Amino acid sequence: MNVPDPLLANNQTLGEIPSLKRSLLEPRGLFSTLLSGAAWLAAIIASVPLVSVLYGLIVRGGHRLSLEVLTELPPAGFEQGGGFGNAIVGTLVTVGIGALISIPFGILAAIFLGELEPDSRVAHVARFSAKTLTGLPSILAGVFAYAVVVMTTHTYSAPAAGVALALLMLPTVVLTAEEAMRTVPSNMKNAAYGMGCTRSQVVWKIVFPTALPGILTGVMLAVARAAGETAPLLFTALFSSYWFVENGKADLMTPIASLSVLIYNFSGMPYDNQIELAWTASLVLVMLVLLFNILARVLGRKKF
Amino acid sequence: MKIFEEDATSTQISRPPAQADYLLDRLFRGLATACAWFLLIVVGLLLGVIGVKAVPAISEYHLGFLTGTTWDVNKQTFGILPEIWGTLYSSILALIIGGFFGVTMAIFLTQDFLPARLALVFRTIVELLAAIPSVVYGFWGIFVVIPAIRPIADWLNAEFGWIPFFGTTLSGPGMLPAALVLAIMILPTVAAVSQDAIRQVPHRIKEAAFGLGATRWEAILRVILPTASTGIFGALVLGFGRALGETMALAMLVGNSNQLSLSLFSPGNTLAALLALNFPEAGEHEVPVLMYAALVLLLITLAVNMVGTAIMTLTSSQMRTDK
Repeated sequence: MNVPDPLLANNQTLGEIPSLKRSLLEPRGLFSTLLSGAAWLAAIIASVPLVSVLYGLIVRGGHRLSLEVLTELPPAGFEQGGGFGNAIVGTLVTVGIGALISIPFGILAAIFLGELEPDSRVAHVARFSAKTLTGLPSILAGVFAYAVVVMTTHTYSAPAAGVALALLMLPTVVLTAEEAMRTVPSNMKNAAYGMGCTRSQVVWKIVFPTALPGILTGVMLAVARAAGETAPLLFTALFSSYWFVENGKADLMTPIASLSVLIYNFSGMPYDNQIELAWTASLVLVMLVLLFNILARVLGRKKF
Repeated sequence: MKIFEEDATSTQISRPPAQADYLLDRLFRGLATACAWFLLIVVGLLLGVIGVKAVPAISEYHLGFLTGTTWDVNKQTFGILPEIWGTLYSSILALIIGGFFGVTMAIFLTQDFLPARLALVFRTIVELLAAIPSVVYGFWGIFVVIPAIRPIADWLNAEFGWIPFFGTTLSGPGMLPAALVLAIMILPTVAAVSQDAIRQVPHRIKEAAFGLGATRWEAILRVILPTASTGIFGALVLGFGRALGETMALAMLVGNSNQLSLSLFSPGNTLAALLALNFPEAGEHEVPVLMYAALVLLLITLAVNMVGTAIMTLTSSQMRTDK
């Protein structure tokens, strides 16, 4: 019996099929390898700025970091020493006012978008507005607050800055809170409806507590963004070289200092002391912003 | 759990919502609806308020404001053509640089070039770039970027000065340092949105390409990028919108000089920087003029952002129906 060996027959045809193994020197393979190398290079180049910024902040700003710098008033002209304690307070006050305005508004709007009527026409247009607002140049938020608050109260003030910052925080709060509410399992809601709850009871007792970590993530991100904003503060909060609370009294309707404006002001000064302080202030500001970003990440970890 | 203990001790095991609950429900839903409407109103208010404040300037300078090239408070002549040019020029430069690196980064992070842990490192780097405040970038630009590129700029000017792009020397602040920093600032936006677009490409399309014998980059360049192209285009548009409105980095780095120039090294100005620098000391007559400039910037950025958002919404809904 002389049955042809199936393996042999296969081998004979295999010989005619080009090898599936690709040589690195073949033009197509070489091209692919080269591009992969280029992608690696691009990724490394793209990381240079961050490394350089952090290096600069730590090396040039780190050595001035001390309790004195965090608690004293900014120096004038040729003065040595000094700090930016009032600017830290000012940043916290302006961002706090912005948060007080934007968080309740944002969360309520998000409840409408994520839970009450997610597919209504209003919701679609509102969502689109929020996304468009994400791209609003921060300077225009400042112009708006200037027109609405500064021009009516005739003074630069913390609330004017708060309005501008609130406008910038609003879309982040709304969009992340909506996203968080959408991830709440519908089984939980249906169970509550089955017990006869009203919609707002479901929202407050089921959806809101479950989505809270996600909502807080959005709030932290919004706060982080607002803390670093400068442009809208330039002509709403202006700047002040004094404490916000002086002799136990705080006047809300006066110009107020902020870290970011201090960095901007000092960056253009010809004195070494101020430049050094600007590096240190940048370091403090970046640490503050990163702190809120880390908080956002920790809170945003998926729990279920 | 506490809730159950309370229920067990209460006399009623359960009760239907009372009349007051329904009333509260109505009130609360009304409030939430009002807040959703408020989002629309905010966009309208922005346009309305800035528009109304700009009316005196619009009626005085008309559209000639857009083509005028002088900004002189003493002579009361105002024109923003150099600022419009500077805004577009710096943003386009930033888009070319930041767009290239952003899209490459998106490919790099989504196409399994890296082990998961290393990918996380690079992803964090890109995300952290977005967290650095723009005033810090501006400050860093003054003290790190400008000194770093000055020798290169001087050499390019000396050797290739006849090309208009290298026509002047870099005297400090200028278009190129501003555009470089701007590129770094839009990179995270472009990278993040492009990553989303690339992730939406169904897996089997890529597998089919590999099955036909494509190399990794053939699959990326001929299959994945074309499929995700609309989304990537949307990412670039959003990045462009970001660049148009970015203020501090430009106010600190662009040089604030009222001139039209193709040279990468000459100082220029942008609309946002103009507003930032002039508003704090604006006089009675200058405020409406600045409001007019703000209105122009608002209209440009709103249009660009709406186009970007619309593209993103369209592509994500298309991908959803494809699946």
